[in-house]
Amino acid sequence: MTAQTIIKHSLRIAWKDLMELFRNRMGLVLLIVMPLFMMVMVGFIYPSGGASLNNMPIAMVNEDAGFNGSYLPSQTFFTTLQSINDQTGMMTLTTASSLEEVTDLVQRGELSGGIVIPSNFSQSILSGEQGTIIIVTDQSNPQISATINAVLSGVFDGMSTAMAQQNVLLMNPTLNQTTALAVVKPLTVQSQGVVPGNPSYFDFIAPGLMAMTVMMSVMTGLPVAISHEKELGTMDGMMVAPVNRLSILLGKTLAQTLRGLIQGAIILALAIGIFGVAIQGNILLVFALLLLGVFSFVGLGIVITSFTKDQETAQMLMMTLMFPMMFLSGVFFPIQQMPGFMQAISHFLPLTYAADALRKVMVLGAGVSQISTELLILTGFGVVMIAIALPVFRKMMTR
Amino acid sequence: MDNGNIIEVKNLTKTFGKFTAVDDISFSVKKGEIFGLLGPNGAGKSTTLRMLSTLSQPTKGTATIGGYDTVKNDMQVRKLIGIVSEKMIIYNRLTAKENLYFFGNLFNIPKDTLNKRIDELLELVKLTKFKNAQVGTFSTGMRQRMNVIRALLNMPQVLYLDEPTLGLDPQSSVEIREFIKKLNQEQGTTVVLTTHMMVDADLLCDRIAIVDHGKIIALDTSTNLKKIISGADTMIINLEIANLTPDILSAIKALDCIDAVTQETAAQLRIIVHGEDAFDTIVDLVRKRGGKITSMSNLQPTLEDVFLHITGHDVRDTVAEKISTERRRFGAPQARVR
Repeated sequence: MTAQTIIKHSLRIAWKDLMELFRNRMGLVLLIVMPLFMMVMVGFIYPSGGASLNNMPIAMVNEDAGFNGSYLPSQTFFTTLQSINDQTGMMTLTTASSLEEVTDLVQRGELSGGIVIPSNFSQSILSGEQGTIIIVTDQSNPQISATINAVLSGVFDGMSTAMAQQNVLLMNPTLNQTTALAVVKPLTVQSQGVVPGNPSYFDFIAPGLMAMTVMMSVMTGLPVAISHEKELGTMDGMMVAPVNRLSILLGKTLAQTLRGLIQGAIILALAIGIFGVAIQGNILLVFALLLLGVFSFVGLGIVITSFTKDQETAQMLMMTLMFPMMFLSGVFFPIQQMPGFMQAISHFLPLTYAADALRKVMVLGAGVSQISTELLILTGFGVVMIAIALPVFRKMMTR
Repeated sequence: MDNGNIIEVKNLTKTFGKFTAVDDISFSVKKGEIFGLLGPNGAGKSTTLRMLSTLSQPTKGTATIGGYDTVKNDMQVRKLIGIVSEKMIIYNRLTAKENLYFFGNLFNIPKDTLNKRIDELLELVKLTKFKNAQVGTFSTGMRQRMNVIRALLNMPQVLYLDEPTLGLDPQSSVEIREFIKKLNQEQGTTVVLTTHMMVDADLLCDRIAIVDHGKIIALDTSTNLKKIISGADTMIINLEIANLTPDILSAIKALDCIDAVTQETAAQLRIIVHGEDAFDTIVDLVRKRGGKITSMSNLQPTLEDVFLHITGHDVRDTVAEKISTERRRFGAPQARVR
């Protein structure tokens, strides 16, 4: 049995599998619809725009008693808040009479939060003390309360700085505005990415989603395809022909890889077309990485194939393995967010490295040298898994 | 193969866990012979066939096909054999021609030869005008014809047929049987078939091995097997009792001279008996119990009777019995997926 024959046979088997796939209309539609659903859902649940929340109902309570008839600090605060909100449309501002009313309305769910200006607000500020604002948040929704906190703190911070700047100028009229600002706030931050533009959550998720879809198609598709044929009995037809078992495996893998790559390409097209993802790196490198990802998963797919007797078991086993892998590989959430033991697990999943490398190439425009570690790990993982898988598979085939 | 045997089986054994599916069987098949393995489902026929076709490795013992060992020279064996399984080996979403082309390619048949052979085979089973239709649209009979010619692509010297007429209508069954016979006579193809249909075995096979519980319990020509019954003082009786009750039936079964009883219809019994006065004994008993005999006659033995006589149980009875004992032993019934 020459290598040429093995490859010839595997191509025949791949052709046959793809033919069956393409003749199955429903399957073909699902092939396209599945990644579409995934993209659309993930894409819209995690919006790619900057501002993430809109029209949160917020009530303001002004109890400011003034200081010597002056309400200037609270008025400034309201004007600033109003003008910022006019730009972002983040909040719908209403007024309430007291802290109790705000608390009540938040509990009823009519408000997302409230701002209370205490009676001594102007007095404190104008008499040289710190002014305090109370922010009431809805703890049942951590994301909204965090956003409100951040926005209002920002407004307050801006106001503090401006007021301090004025105070410095008053104390030392020889200074100019800029120097006064430097005295108040000696440090400032300027953030800059490695590539132009402002990548969204979607830029983060698209590479991972591609890697996942392609690699999973081999891990899930291979056991299902083989156990399906075993159940139908058609596998015997190939087994009684003078065909090397390797050809059967190779052919099936080839077909599933192609299927996965088609789905990956659909995701890529959707990401670029609908969600405005820009590919910074080389697109060929992207596909080469996907293929390497497939290679690293083939062994795992074969091992699973060898241990499953029928299609149903294969599918259930796949689901069980797929979910933890999806979440632990940092496809949807950054690995750094996870607790330590989960991070440890994620280091053993090839998907982690594939998604990471793909992200570097697609978002950051990395080249081969910058992802060499990932390439090495993926190749190593693939070689080791295949070395384990082949003897197991051979044993299974001649039961 | 000086002795003219194309298949030699020696002490072949296959166990699945604690269950022995094939229990130390030995036999040989002559070149050009139609050889039948007859027995109930689960007797080990299919497992034997799978071992002979390299699909399964024996736990013990050896089998050679055309001198090649099924384990050591599996690739050589595969070139010599064709297999028609109870589960049809064809892809529904491919056309008739694509199916044949695919399998032909796996046998490395050169393109021109293959195309010619595909046309011939399709013509042979009258499927030429459907050659570009997807097999999924075919009737069961047509699909089985496809399944058979698929196995003939490599012009096998040995053709294995695992329950070839299972699930087919009588007309299709006849067609398949005639086709097998023709193939055997014209091409000299050796055929090994498994069946639990006595008709198949009786009409087709030169020699029959009766298999039960993994063992060959008799091996001979159909005629000789039947002599086992007609030779001794054993008779087959057809007995019709108009008012047959379970009471009468169990009384008959309890008689000493009875070997086996099968109930054919509500009023009709098929009884294997021995001894000279068996006739009288039965008639007396039925009368005493108030039974009304409407007809009683002597029958020619069939293979079914032979099976019943040797094993003491009916071909169909064993199936249910077997499953229930296995269930008790292994918990839930399991489909053996191979």
